[in-house]
Amino acid sequence: MARISLRVNGKTQVVDVDPETPLLYVLRNDLQLNGPKFGCGLAQCGACTVILNGNAIRSCVTLVSAVQNQPVTTLEGLGSTKKMHKIQQAFVDEQAVQCGYCINGMIMTSKALLDKNPKPNDGQIKEALAGNLCRCGTHTRILRAVKRASGQRV
Amino acid sequence: MKTMNFSRRQFLKGTGALIVSFNLFPSATDLFAQAMDSGNTPDPTQLDSWLAIAPDGTVTVFSGKVDLGTGVETALAQMVAEELDVPFKQVKMASTDTARAIDQGVTAGSRTIERGGPQLRQAAAVARQELLKLASARLGSPVNALTVKDGIVSVVGEPGKKVSYGQLIGGKQFNVRITATGSGWDMKVAPETKAKDPKDYKIVGTSEPRVELPPKLTGEFTYAHDVRVPGMLHGRVVRPPTITSKPTTIDESSVKNIPGIVKVVQEESFVGVVATTEWAAIKAAKALKVSWSEPATKMPANAEAVYAYLKNTKSFRDQVPVNKGNPDEALSQATKTYTATYHWPFQLHGMLGPSCSVADVDKDRITIWTGTQGSFGTRKAVAELLGVPEKDVRVLFHEGSGSYGRLSSDDASEDAALLSRAVGKPVRVQWMREDEHGWEPKGPAQLDIVRAGIDSQGKIIAWDFVDRSFPLTAITGSGMRLLASRQIGRKPEAQGNPNGTAGGGQIYSFDNQKCAGPLIPWVQADETPLRTSYLRAPGDMARCFASESFMDEIASDLGVDPVQFRLRYLGENKRGTDVLLAVAKKAGWQERSSPGPTSTGSKATGRGVALFDRANTICSAVAEVEVDKSSGKVTVKRVIMSHDCGLIINPDGLKNQIEGNIIQSVSRALLEEVKFDSTGIKSLDWSSYPILRFSDIPEIDIVLINRPEMPALGGGEPSTGPVAAAIGNAIFDAVGVRLREAPFTPERVVTGLKKT
Repeated sequence: MARISLRVNGKTQVVDVDPETPLLYVLRNDLQLNGPKFGCGLAQCGACTVILNGNAIRSCVTLVSAVQNQPVTTLEGLGSTKKMHKIQQAFVDEQAVQCGYCINGMIMTSKALLDKNPKPNDGQIKEALAGNLCRCGTHTRILRAVKRASGQRV
Repeated sequence: MKTMNFSRRQFLKGTGALIVSFNLFPSATDLFAQAMDSGNTPDPTQLDSWLAIAPDGTVTVFSGKVDLGTGVETALAQMVAEELDVPFKQVKMASTDTARAIDQGVTAGSRTIERGGPQLRQAAAVARQELLKLASARLGSPVNALTVKDGIVSVVGEPGKKVSYGQLIGGKQFNVRITATGSGWDMKVAPETKAKDPKDYKIVGTSEPRVELPPKLTGEFTYAHDVRVPGMLHGRVVRPPTITSKPTTIDESSVKNIPGIVKVVQEESFVGVVATTEWAAIKAAKALKVSWSEPATKMPANAEAVYAYLKNTKSFRDQVPVNKGNPDEALSQATKTYTATYHWPFQLHGMLGPSCSVADVDKDRITIWTGTQGSFGTRKAVAELLGVPEKDVRVLFHEGSGSYGRLSSDDASEDAALLSRAVGKPVRVQWMREDEHGWEPKGPAQLDIVRAGIDSQGKIIAWDFVDRSFPLTAITGSGMRLLASRQIGRKPEAQGNPNGTAGGGQIYSFDNQKCAGPLIPWVQADETPLRTSYLRAPGDMARCFASESFMDEIASDLGVDPVQFRLRYLGENKRGTDVLLAVAKKAGWQERSSPGPTSTGSKATGRGVALFDRANTICSAVAEVEVDKSSGKVTVKRVIMSHDCGLIINPDGLKNQIEGNIIQSVSRALLEEVKFDSTGIKSLDWSSYPILRFSDIPEIDIVLINRPEMPALGGGEPSTGPVAAAIGNAIFDAVGVRLREAPFTPERVVTGLKKT
């Protein structure tokens, strides 16, 4: 076990965990942040995505010890039901959810995309989301939501 | 976790104590959770069992139907709000708790709106009647002089004389008996009470936004995967790679150095680990050295072996949904006969979030938190597994990952229950990706053999459709056993449920017509990873692929346009005709026969159509594809779907479901096949079992046909039916290659092209 200092959603917190633990389990179980989800543990589906230093990363294969004192943003860091981030609001406006298990990854990946490319075209959105799986088949709505969030006509 | 006993009265008062007690679960509906003193299911003949009205006018509905990510929670609330004449936002659907919800049967089969909806609607209609009686006494006016708007009753012509539902009943019980006969899906509730005329609907038929979406988008929603209870430990199950068998040795020293390990659990062939942290449980499950005995059952060597078994094995039960005239005799007299065999592989539900449950097996009381499709089925299964009365088990539903039928078999709850009993503490079990891919009960392989004969005018006079399918062997209840039950030695007492019968050409009328569904035995001595369960529109996709491909094959042989050819056999089926014409119109369908004109370029395009009905919902798909003639890759460019499921409750919610059906079905048609050999399942992750990605998503156009004069029918599954057939027909239209085996891989297309 080791004491590790994390900077998550602008807050510094110290956790006492096995340093080999993937970040996902620490976020969920130690910090009670349920936004990131376990989907595969293999970096194949995107459900666990968080933003580290501005990049969308897979928290299921990222060791907690590797992100010490680096800024991590989870879905909770974007907004809440009381005050939604524009991407979250766009997903409501487009009703771009079925079960929603993948949606954390869709939103966090889109956030990293829009921060770098505020007006992506359809091809660029699809490319950014290429590694995110959705089993319910909500893709067309998700694409519209990302476009809407970027202020473009859907 | 400490059991909480709150009376309905406390709930009605809306005491703050409940909020404190349940603050672990921030979802609003849980604030109302209450345990009955006994574990018995509430009595459906009591109006108060169905709904309660708080002093602020909030209506809470205690439904046994659950939302699986399909939006039924919103749609059911619309039906209740409509009937009660309260604002939609005033209706809350309490999440299902077996201690206080009505058992309305498993949430499956696209029957939630069709069957569960009217049950809630009728209960609401009785409640409205009772409220009007109370208002009549309060306001001193006869009931027929009263009107209701937004939960406020007023006297017609005297708007000052009014009283709200909250004032009339808030905090009190109705204490009214209603009729409720039958059970589950078939329960008839207060049929004598007249519900609202659909022409007066204001809330039903509107696209109310989904109520649970905002918290799902912010991380505030409590999925089953997010449930944590005090003192909870983490468990993982260790299963053999091939067939279940007994562990011969378990080397506990292999995990003793993992910090946080609590216990290695073995019960007969069931093996698991429990640890204080999730990561420790994962590490221990991976590290634990187990030797397994030789199983008594063998895995089939490959898909061909499975198809051969399906073809050559005697059925244990023959379903015959249609048997008209004498197809054999008509075939012998036909001018020309056709026959073809179609193959459909094992496929996965592929829940994005693997199975997950929390169990707290206390010596007096057992609590399960899970995303099951059947809370009462899970209660029964866990009670039987642990050998306790059902009343000692309470199941609390929390929505999980979309399950598409998979959680009709709530395996993780059994796993969690065994592990919790072994350590005497609450245990959370989540399957790993390879557990889920490897051990989920799968959509079974099917072998469909179709024969038809035409007369000298080219009219089909004989139709003989045989769907050779495995039954569904891993369903909760009906004498079947889930995985952990099998591993502790509980033997199945049944052969399994049928894999559906729709899609075998029943929508058409032929002079001599037979559709049959022989079920081939599939219960094994030991449980295999090729265990089976309902997969969205069970069996329908394969049958519709076979029957609608076959219709196209005949139409093509006769040089007839595929839409026109189908119209000939729809007879009096006006809805079927309307649906087919609607999709053709939306698609801009040009009348001609298939295949289309030969293209000279490297890519060819084609269009295909298919028509499907299931439990009276009718839908039709047109697929437009592009086929790369050198690589064989098929790209579905656009899918157009027309859809008639009677009265539409929430048009946008329905569209969302249809879009999902289309995309999931394109994925199943083009990509999906469970790979296995005699050593086990080879499709154990998303790279060995790929599904459709954003790059290959088709454009989608949907035509909804609303029929307010009809009951509301199912929309969760039917539009899965025709998609594969439409794509297969479009491939033939593009390149003249007829694929009779799914999925439509580049290799199969290239092989077909070499033959043409």
